Amino acid sequence: MSLVADNISLHLAGFDLLRNISLEVETGKVTAIVGPNGAGKSSLLKVLTGEMAATKGQVYLNNRLLQHWPLLDKAQLLAVLPQHTMLNFPFTADEVVGLGRIPHNTGLSKDREIITEALDLVDASYLQKRLYTQMSGGERQRVQLARVLAQIWQASHLGDQFLVLDEPTSAFDLSHQKLTLDIVRQLADKSVGVVMVVHDLNLAARCADNLVVIDAGVIAAQGCPEAVLTEALIDKVFGVKSIIAQHPETKRPLVIT
Amino acid sequence: MRHFSAPSLIWALAILLPVAALVSITVGTVDISLLDGLAALTGSSINSQTHTILIDIRLPRILLAIAVGAVLASTGAVMQGLFRNPLADPSLIGVSSGASVGASLMIVTAGGFIKSGALLGLSLVAVGAFVGGFAATLLVYRLATSGIGTSVTTMLLAGIAIGALAGALNSLLSYFSDNDMLRQISLWQMGNLSGASWTKVIVMGAVALLLMGLFPRESKALNALLLGESEARHLGIDVQRVKRRLIVLTALGVGVSVALAGLVGFVGLIMPHIVRLAIGPDHRWLVPASALAGATLLVIADSLARIVVIPAELPTGILTALLGAPFFVALLLQQRRDV
Repeated sequence: MSLVADNISLHLAGFDLLRNISLEVETGKVTAIVGPNGAGKSSLLKVLTGEMAATKGQVYLNNRLLQHWPLLDKAQLLAVLPQHTMLNFPFTADEVVGLGRIPHNTGLSKDREIITEALDLVDASYLQKRLYTQMSGGERQRVQLARVLAQIWQASHLGDQFLVLDEPTSAFDLSHQKLTLDIVRQLADKSVGVVMVVHDLNLAARCADNLVVIDAGVIAAQGCPEAVLTEALIDKVFGVKSIIAQHPETKRPLVIT
Repeated sequence: MRHFSAPSLIWALAILLPVAALVSITVGTVDISLLDGLAALTGSSINSQTHTILIDIRLPRILLAIAVGAVLASTGAVMQGLFRNPLADPSLIGVSSGASVGASLMIVTAGGFIKSGALLGLSLVAVGAFVGGFAATLLVYRLATSGIGTSVTTMLLAGIAIGALAGALNSLLSYFSDNDMLRQISLWQMGNLSGASWTKVIVMGAVALLLMGLFPRESKALNALLLGESEARHLGIDVQRVKRRLIVLTALGVGVSVALAGLVGFVGLIMPHIVRLAIGPDHRWLVPASALAGATLLVIADSLARIVVIPAELPTGILTALLGAPFFVALLLQQRRDV
């Protein structure tokens, strides 16, 4: 099963934001989307999650048209972490994470258990009773990450689950960046399909099974990072001269600019 | 950090409200002892004048205050959640300004009828206010709704525009009215519970019970909406349906309370705000706690309205504003210190 974009185009206010994009987010794998600012990465995520309807083409979640899924069932399969969340009400961290349990009927005690574990996983246990409005940017982002993790904490009988992350590491320090990648890998190992927009090419190269490069609304390249990341491509897409080396331990490509 | 746990605040308010109501029964132009009050409530015989004051005047008035206060404060909490703005107010969706025009129109055009009788025990003014309020809300909602859904921001702006239009219409009506009508209009706009009757209590009570029964179903959706509309959708909430339901319920609740008690300000703005500071924004607790707090505030304000200028009495709305405004300023100052 998978989350599939089948030849989608998005036309909005006179602009072609996306053109003929076909993409498969497979379960058990991490798909990373990279590209310059304004290339259409976030628009692609919005179409993939059903937030915007594609002008042309279809999105399928587990072989069923995305818009045909009942909202509540969809929410049990697909969790989405936006780039920014405008929450300016003083919820505590565990209340925010608890919002991720809204689509489920697992009962209070099970939910509490999941909330505690999710906060623990993102290294935010100490925030449990703190107010969201008084947290730093990185702390807020970790709490939001815990919220979407709580949403797909248990496997669903409705089908395979997917996690969509829009720049999850943008507010994180080095250790929490690594933590996020580890979490994403663990989820993939539990056969969740993960798709994320990342800005840092090396971060993407390190974690992605499938790397998708988007430029001006079209897919410039996709495949395993070793095949996709070439000096020519980076020059063409980002307009930056670079050297591709190999990470001495992970053997993954390393972009040096 | 939170100051209170939600259940303990609700318990405290659930005890405070009946106490305030009991005390309120004893205060007014005629002093009645608490014992006489309790005797009348339990049906024991007391002298008929006291009985009339208690059963026909004060009791309906207190019950009306409870229902109006609960409706205004709970709809305030709901609107603040829906607009994701802790300073929103039910009047933002145009219901108060529309009601005001409806009421003024009735006072100016049908002044004669009003003196001669009533429609089903409710005055034409009330009907005019309700129709005006509901129509204005509908208009604001329509203006803000397009093919892709209802924009909360547009709704706020449309509310302001309709409010300004209603203000102009109101001024126009005032301009063409005589002194007696002018006094009626301005008294109505001050908000007053002194016209309470059992008919009003039954109508208002039914609306309050309806709202208290239906709001809890939407509290999880409101919690999710605080994250943002698309986030709420990703959590499985049918955002458009929730918005429509909550706006209709709010227009109904505020429309009826404005129709029966005039413009009682500040309850819908301040009580949810204070309650949220105490127990946090979880609507499962916030909405019922706000309702109790709003009911208590209005009972206390109305008791004060009856005694501060004995033997006359003040319109209740003046008291809620007098009590509410300084409190609100204190809150703003406190927030400024915290930030």
